[in-house]
Amino acid sequence: MISVNIKKHLTTAEGPLEAHFELSIHNGEFLTLFGPSGAGKTTLMRCIAGLETPQSGVITVDGVVWFDSKKKINLPPQKRSVGFVFQDYALFPTMSVRQNLLFAAETAEQKKGVNELIDLVELGNLADRLPSTLSGGQKQRVALARALVRHPKILLLDEPLSALDPSMRSKLQNELSLIHERLGVTTLLVSHDIAETVKLSDRLASVAAGQIVRIDEPMAFFSPNSLSGKLQLVGEVLKIEEDFPAFVITLLVGSSIVRTVAGSAEASALRIGGHAIISTKAFNPILIPIKDPK
Amino acid sequence: MESEFLTTMVLTFELAAITTAILLLIGIPLAAFLAYGRTRFKSLIETVVSMPLVLPPSVLGFYLLLAFSPASVIGEFLTSHGIRLAFSFEGLVIGSVLFSLPFMVHPIQSALSQVPPSIFEAAYTLGKSKFQTMVRVILPSIRHGLISGVVLAFAHTVGEFGVILMIGGNIPDETRVASIAIYDEVESLNYAMAHQYALTLFVVTFAILLLVYTLNKKSLGEIR
Repeated sequence: MISVNIKKHLTTAEGPLEAHFELSIHNGEFLTLFGPSGAGKTTLMRCIAGLETPQSGVITVDGVVWFDSKKKINLPPQKRSVGFVFQDYALFPTMSVRQNLLFAAETAEQKKGVNELIDLVELGNLADRLPSTLSGGQKQRVALARALVRHPKILLLDEPLSALDPSMRSKLQNELSLIHERLGVTTLLVSHDIAETVKLSDRLASVAAGQIVRIDEPMAFFSPNSLSGKLQLVGEVLKIEEDFPAFVITLLVGSSIVRTVAGSAEASALRIGGHAIISTKAFNPILIPIKDPK
Repeated sequence: MESEFLTTMVLTFELAAITTAILLLIGIPLAAFLAYGRTRFKSLIETVVSMPLVLPPSVLGFYLLLAFSPASVIGEFLTSHGIRLAFSFEGLVIGSVLFSLPFMVHPIQSALSQVPPSIFEAAYTLGKSKFQTMVRVILPSIRHGLISGVVLAFAHTVGEFGVILMIGGNIPDETRVASIAIYDEVESLNYAMAHQYALTLFVVTFAILLLVYTLNKKSLGEIR
């Protein structure tokens, strides 16, 4: 159990902000921080990792105090058991993939685990390559594996997939989900991608202007009226066309384009670039298998 | 005459090597301070480090000579401890270190400031101390900056003239380095000897620079 209750002074594009974050994360949970940029999501993560110091408050992890402003406790990042995956990967450029992981290992047992982790992220045949020779997705996998070497109490992922193209993104999301299932490590993710958060997280924390506004299951967020739909898809609105008397809405769901009909009331609530849920209440789905191209 | 030539050349490169080694030791922490430090003295220190770039060598030499003289406070202190720096090899080393400081510090400083902060932070979250991070991660990744600093400081010390003339004079096997010897030989119209010094300096420095830049390019090719 990780509990955070901290105050931190933020300097944002909109001016100074007194952030106050209160959050508890259960062991083994996958929690996503979601919200506009400048809301303080990354700062919250950096405070947990010890890379930034809150003005006041307490951070405890499984009963161990990592930060307590009243007791003047502030463990350095080295003493906190965290795995941090940075947006820019932050791989050590002169070390091979394997050396990057081995550098992180402290005990003989962790050194042994390195090979297993390399296999887990499917980098076996690239283990002796330098980071500069890897693609973005491969680098991100190395960063993820490296962050897991020391069996951290919490894995902190700061928009790890934002720099990747959609197909690589989707592949890595699946891997991340798999790794989380396999290792059961408590994970905190910062993400801007709704589909990603729904796919990966157990709970979602909505962050706005230095506050955690609401924590709930991801689907509860995006269907506030708790639709009783049997099929729900989250997509991005690409186009709204009037086709009297109705509207035709084009959405991007995952990497597929979906077109649907909406009434004028529904259509007026949508905007291009925004997100929407397509939900059908009663239907008889037809499933047609797609032949593998192989 | 031949042995005097050798003595002078050996002294020249000995001075350059010792100066470069000392500069590397003080240059890395100094460059790290200038790249990451956040005190108000930073601009002041940066200015002092860069002064030899714009100051005539004779100015630095003149003040060093004053400082080394037994009449000054520093010189008196040194003399009372049996240390004589004016017109000595040790004095030349101190003068060269000061004079070549920016040539070592600037390349390292600029290489360090190009290292993304997340590299440091990644190492810290992996349990590595600042010292471990510096030695195992940062220094290897800025080795092109280190090599540039070493080469520039070495070559600049070999080519130094004004400071040495002021504080070293022209004592064979103590302070007579190649650049001084060339001047001296020309003054005594001994052009053949001057040419021997000049050509040797030219060829040796050219070879060192060429070798280092070729090796540097290869090793960079591996990383990038």
